[in-house]
Amino acid sequence: MIDGIWRLGGASHFILLVLLKSWTSFARPRLITREIYYAGVMSLVIITVSGLFVGLVLGLQGYETLQKFGSESAVGTLVALSLVRELGPVVAGLLFASRAGSAMTAEIGLMKATEQLSAMGMMAVDPIARVVAPKFWAGVFSMPLLAAMFSVMGVFGGYLVTVVVIGVDEGSFWSQMQNAVDFRYDIVNGVIKSCCFGVVITAIAVFEGFDAPPTAEGVSMATTRTVVTSSLAILGLDFVLTAFMFRGVA
Amino acid sequence: MISAAENMLVKFDDVSFSYGNTPILNGVNLAIPRGQVIAIMGGSGSGKTTLLRLIGGEARPTAGTVHVAGEIVHELDRNRLFRLRRKMGMLFQFGALFTDLSVFDNVAFQMREHTDLPEDMIRDLVLMKLHAVGLRGAHHLMPTELSGGMARRVALARSIALDPMLMMFDEPFTGLDPISLGVIGGLIRRLTDALGMTSILVTHDVQESLQIVDHVYFLADGKIVAHGTPEEVSQSATPFVHQFIHGEVDGPVPFHYQARAYADDLGIRLK
Repeated sequence: MIDGIWRLGGASHFILLVLLKSWTSFARPRLITREIYYAGVMSLVIITVSGLFVGLVLGLQGYETLQKFGSESAVGTLVALSLVRELGPVVAGLLFASRAGSAMTAEIGLMKATEQLSAMGMMAVDPIARVVAPKFWAGVFSMPLLAAMFSVMGVFGGYLVTVVVIGVDEGSFWSQMQNAVDFRYDIVNGVIKSCCFGVVITAIAVFEGFDAPPTAEGVSMATTRTVVTSSLAILGLDFVLTAFMFRGVA
Repeated sequence: MISAAENMLVKFDDVSFSYGNTPILNGVNLAIPRGQVIAIMGGSGSGKTTLLRLIGGEARPTAGTVHVAGEIVHELDRNRLFRLRRKMGMLFQFGALFTDLSVFDNVAFQMREHTDLPEDMIRDLVLMKLHAVGLRGAHHLMPTELSGGMARRVALARSIALDPMLMMFDEPFTGLDPISLGVIGGLIRRLTDALGMTSILVTHDVQESLQIVDHVYFLADGKIVAHGTPEEVSQSATPFVHQFIHGEVDGPVPFHYQARAYADDLGIRLK
């Protein structure tokens, strides 16, 4: 218990240092764009393919239930709201934690284990400013874009299975979706969620990497901890955010 | 005329250091004059690398003071420490090259971070440094494509990129074949003389080191137990130095780790 609190304090202090030393990254945006390539662009395949399949399944299951009540044309609304409000940020966050978060932890941990971070420090270059901060900001910028991409692919998947394959009316599919999805209430709230998840995932990932014991076992455990901790953090935080954002009052 | 005190680039005054409750150094005194190659020898875990970490300001002594170039290292704030580190170079045991950068970019790293030199000048300087270690032709390779000896030579080129006044070598000979060993040893001596640096080698490779150093310090039980020129220590009658230089299995450094009586551990009762 005490150890846990101690570690949480260490993590908070570390993230504060990352924020304070971020000016180097913003003065040299190439450092961030390079990391965005590794964290964001390299995650595109898993995000788009997963988004497409989640959309296909949502379309099928939604149609299956809605057609019992004769409201199969509302399937577009169901798919879009599920994705934009919940599944987009949450599933994209879980995938991002496993794909990019674990890679960040492993890279920083291995750089520490092979003395690359010490070497950088001895060359009077601060590893937090040069290595950690660009990764942190790359994750923070990438995550909302990936969640948006996930939702877009999901809606496309829902469209494919319900309109193209099953034959639901295309006009009502899109028009009901447009009517039901509110920009401020649904989309902005979804984007806020994905931004929060981006901060949490990358903060956990860079801290675990920097804090990893410099051994093979230490790096492997840190990588596992990144995935487990950030997944649980996403799910817990999602509940809290949902409770504040969506209370059926709009 | 430089006084003897000013001529000392690195000076340890009664320095002690411990990790938690485990004492590593206990009242170390040593003085390293400018322009020399110094070896610090001792068994594994004797605190040799800790000495380098104290000089580089990566660790703080629990007692005593470490002076480098007239400054007390652990009293410097971060900016002044980083300014001092720009005048130091460190060769890590396995090179610690940045694996995501090519050989060229590794050597250019400090120049790009700390100077505003134009790229074509950086290119010339990097090729000169790589030429000095015999690897100009390997500038396009990635660190994973290098052998252990080549990686250490690239790391050496990287650490002298900004012509440091002080070079530290952490076990530079470990795990090298005899040819690479001779190459690295020769480079350390030659570069020290050519660039007017001061070099500190932390090593337990006796034969290779004695050929290139000016002075040797022996570290045991957290203290300097003997020191002298290579000739002096080769003929030393001090039991520890004798055991170390001649690689004897038993002596002041016991073969057996501290343990209960052998018979007790085997459960044998002696009548």
